[in-house]
Amino acid sequence: MNRVEGIDKVTGRAKYAGESGEAAYVFAVQSAVPSGAVSAMDTAAAREMPGVLAVLTCVDPPVLGSAEDAELALFQTREIAFHGQLVGAVVADTLENARAAAAAVRVDYAATAHDVGLRADHPGRYTPDKVNPGLPADLSYGDIEAGLAAAAVSIDVTYTTPTLHNNPMEPHAALAAWDDEGHLTVADSTQGPSADRDTIATVLGLRPDQVRVISPHVGGGFGSKGTTRPPAILAALAARAAGRPVKAVFTRQQMFQLTGYRTPTIQRLRLGAGQDGKLTAVAHAVTEQTAIRTEFAEQTATCARVMYATPALSTTHRLVRLNVPAPSWMRAPGECPGMYALESAMDELAVAAGIDPIELRARNDPATEPESGKPFSSRHLVECLREGARRFGWAGRDPRPAVRATGPWLSGTGVAASTYPARRQPSSASVTAEGDKLVVRIAAADIGTGARTALTRIAAECLDVPTGQVQLELGDSSLPDAWLAGGSMGTASWGSAVAAACADFHKNGTRGTADTTEEVAADSGGFARHAFGAQFAEVLVHPGTGEVRVPRLLGVFAAGRIIDQTLARSQFIGGMTMGLGMALMEETVVDAAQGGFVHRDLAQYHVPTCADVQDIEAMWLDEQDPHLNPMGSKGIGEIGIVGTAAAIGNAVWHATGQRIRDLPITPAKILSRSDHE
Amino acid sequence: MADAVAGYGPGTMYLGGGTNLVDLMRLGVATPERLVDVSRLPLGEITEDERGGVRIGAAVRNADLAAHPVIASRYPMLARAVLAGASGQVRNMATVGGNLLQRTRCTYFQDVTMPCNKRDPGSGCPAIDGDHANLAILGHSARCVATHPSDMAVALTALDARVHVTSTSGSRVIGMPGLHRLPADDPSRDTVLEPGELITAVSLPPPLPGRSSYRKVRERASFAFALVSVAAVLDTGGGGVIRDCRLALGGVAHVPWRAFTSERAVAGVAGDRDSFAAAADAELRAAAPLTRNVYKVALARNLIIETLEELVS
Repeated sequence: MNRVEGIDKVTGRAKYAGESGEAAYVFAVQSAVPSGAVSAMDTAAAREMPGVLAVLTCVDPPVLGSAEDAELALFQTREIAFHGQLVGAVVADTLENARAAAAAVRVDYAATAHDVGLRADHPGRYTPDKVNPGLPADLSYGDIEAGLAAAAVSIDVTYTTPTLHNNPMEPHAALAAWDDEGHLTVADSTQGPSADRDTIATVLGLRPDQVRVISPHVGGGFGSKGTTRPPAILAALAARAAGRPVKAVFTRQQMFQLTGYRTPTIQRLRLGAGQDGKLTAVAHAVTEQTAIRTEFAEQTATCARVMYATPALSTTHRLVRLNVPAPSWMRAPGECPGMYALESAMDELAVAAGIDPIELRARNDPATEPESGKPFSSRHLVECLREGARRFGWAGRDPRPAVRATGPWLSGTGVAASTYPARRQPSSASVTAEGDKLVVRIAAADIGTGARTALTRIAAECLDVPTGQVQLELGDSSLPDAWLAGGSMGTASWGSAVAAACADFHKNGTRGTADTTEEVAADSGGFARHAFGAQFAEVLVHPGTGEVRVPRLLGVFAAGRIIDQTLARSQFIGGMTMGLGMALMEETVVDAAQGGFVHRDLAQYHVPTCADVQDIEAMWLDEQDPHLNPMGSKGIGEIGIVGTAAAIGNAVWHATGQRIRDLPITPAKILSRSDHE
Repeated sequence: MADAVAGYGPGTMYLGGGTNLVDLMRLGVATPERLVDVSRLPLGEITEDERGGVRIGAAVRNADLAAHPVIASRYPMLARAVLAGASGQVRNMATVGGNLLQRTRCTYFQDVTMPCNKRDPGSGCPAIDGDHANLAILGHSARCVATHPSDMAVALTALDARVHVTSTSGSRVIGMPGLHRLPADDPSRDTVLEPGELITAVSLPPPLPGRSSYRKVRERASFAFALVSVAAVLDTGGGGVIRDCRLALGGVAHVPWRAFTSERAVAGVAGDRDSFAAAADAELRAAAPLTRNVYKVALARNLIIETLEELVS
């Protein structure tokens, strides 16, 4: 189905947070050092500059209700924990004036030694209490060493992934306005208006009913707008100081420092298997980073708790606190980097064992979820692999590396599995008959996924009316509270509430409401719920120049019932494209000496262009799963990125014989390694 | 035109398509007090001259340059180089004069919170011990390891282009190579232009005999600066011996790098892989890669060999 707001978007009628009204502007002053303290700030010159309305600084901290969330406790400390930390801001009548005045603020620092280098043997390594989103940091069973000792084939390899940034097209932006009674309205670029409202209220010391968040259109987030970001608080503080509405729109450079990113990871994989390819041990040990004042522990090894049958499993996460901005959610946190390493290692094991990589995965497909012993509500990984193999033309593949050439280009193919949890969270919704429309209200967020369209379809089906008769309202915290667009839970959570509200509507035909808190609480029962998929890649590698091109990508997914074919395909191939970027180009370079990210724009941080994406296709199995939600759907926003990088890396090995275990796989690495392995 | 150059004074910058200068102003790297928009001066024509060469106005848009029938048919390598740069939207804005004068994309140069000898002379060069994976391997100094980002300039350098400039003190013509300068002790200066000099045109001699090619390597397929690029013209006169070779490299130096040493090495010898490899090695003997751009030496070598082999095949 075409997006219901499509015409608004292509004609520019759809307004995003930063363009939602007239307001003054606030521009941030950021720390030029990665560690130390602000010793003094001189704002006198800035205050005299044209159009300046107010100046905020950490030397004169504004009053907040809560400083618990260090990322949002703006200007509450002079201590500097990372390069780019907000130390002040200037409010002015125009963006240019605000920016010029911000540049005129003089900041003196007492810099101290910094550390931005993640290493597996870092002396500061520690074990977090939990990993995102509340999972055990370590989970093990069986005897790993015995399993490895008994293995006919084993591998012990380390994969690394770099700092990655979400880079939604729309920058993080907020427009804040206070009314005479102290109520705050924030047009914010957020993945969840209900949670955003609650967070803003907490930070500012307001009641939730004193805050309203509006976000009808959001230009992507990939997780980086799943939590409240500094622009909302900055705009609110600035508006309070200036006595008029203020907007805060981050630059792309500021987004790199202040809106989250995916931690770099160091992942050691030890796998053992018998002659028959059956795993005897799986050990997945992860080292990653977090910030000085904020802990975020990416659940990178948890995929190994789900994927394969093994008598011995060890999954561990270690963190290092560094002078870096806080990492956070980025599309498929955990599964994305974790499955890159696990599925690359499975390919290495298949090569070592002389077993086809699809067959190896099929032989290790578990009957129940390895970590819990629970049955899967549905699991069709092997079917995805087999169907993908048929469509991709896998049969008869010569497993030998570096034996296929087209002119100067070597070609190869690779496969990897993907997985992502299928969960949902409580939400509420209402349906009312208004004129000739049935109006559905829910504080959901459409961040470009097509949520508005999918929920319109769900409501129309439940109400048994044409989709044109449904008017869906979302993106406003004054609507019935709802979960955020995150964890691939949006449609499942919101759809459950919409379906229940529609059922309630049928009782009297004028109004229906629903809150799925109880219904969702009953989910935590007997089943392990996950989506699965198989990713296939064909690559061409030029051994003389190191160029890697990807003529074909195919993803086959088993993700429950697909609610809308058009939207689903966009989600899957969008995820796969992002996985291609992760495999071949995406990397935020860290400067050890300067102590900061040195790639902070889209000219330096490369994402795939149209020219990089050639034949890309996603398809899905008709998976029936009665144990999920009223729609029978699993989330599809994230699984598309999971496994893509491994499939491409495995194909690069097949093409060249080079096993590059350090993403991204760049010409520099291909050329530097061409003399060995 | 006279008004434009007369309008120049301290703190003035000429504005072409703005695809680089406006970015640099947003970043705080360029802080002109005054801009003189030269994009609408009558410098938008491409004309063939009586000697069989061509004169390209400095305000010609990159997209129009690549699409012009004279360029596409008689200087196809230049058209390829232009089309290898940036994106369609950027090429619609960017001008020939501006393209030649674009600044390095070295990340430290573009970040005003970092030291940079090019932007802030004497502050140091963090790239030497930092992120220099895409910086220079030839001709750099202890002060600066930046690369010139233009593709078009690499092609013009191979084609013996001449750059016409004017100012209130007169006009002159500067050959390419020769417009751009190596960083040495003063990386703040990218070119030999004097303050106030405005590029008005680029002229090309008649097309050289032989075949030509522009090949650019980057990790993504479009819209990225070159890791290394090669512009080459090779004339065998139909036989197996090289009569003439013009070769320039992009992505390797502070200037579009004319590979005179390679050119001399292949002149008069058989056009085969061994001689091309020897020619590449001769040029790259001067390479001094940094820790993280060693790969560029192999890349440049392989690219020279492959490009020249294709031209004799």
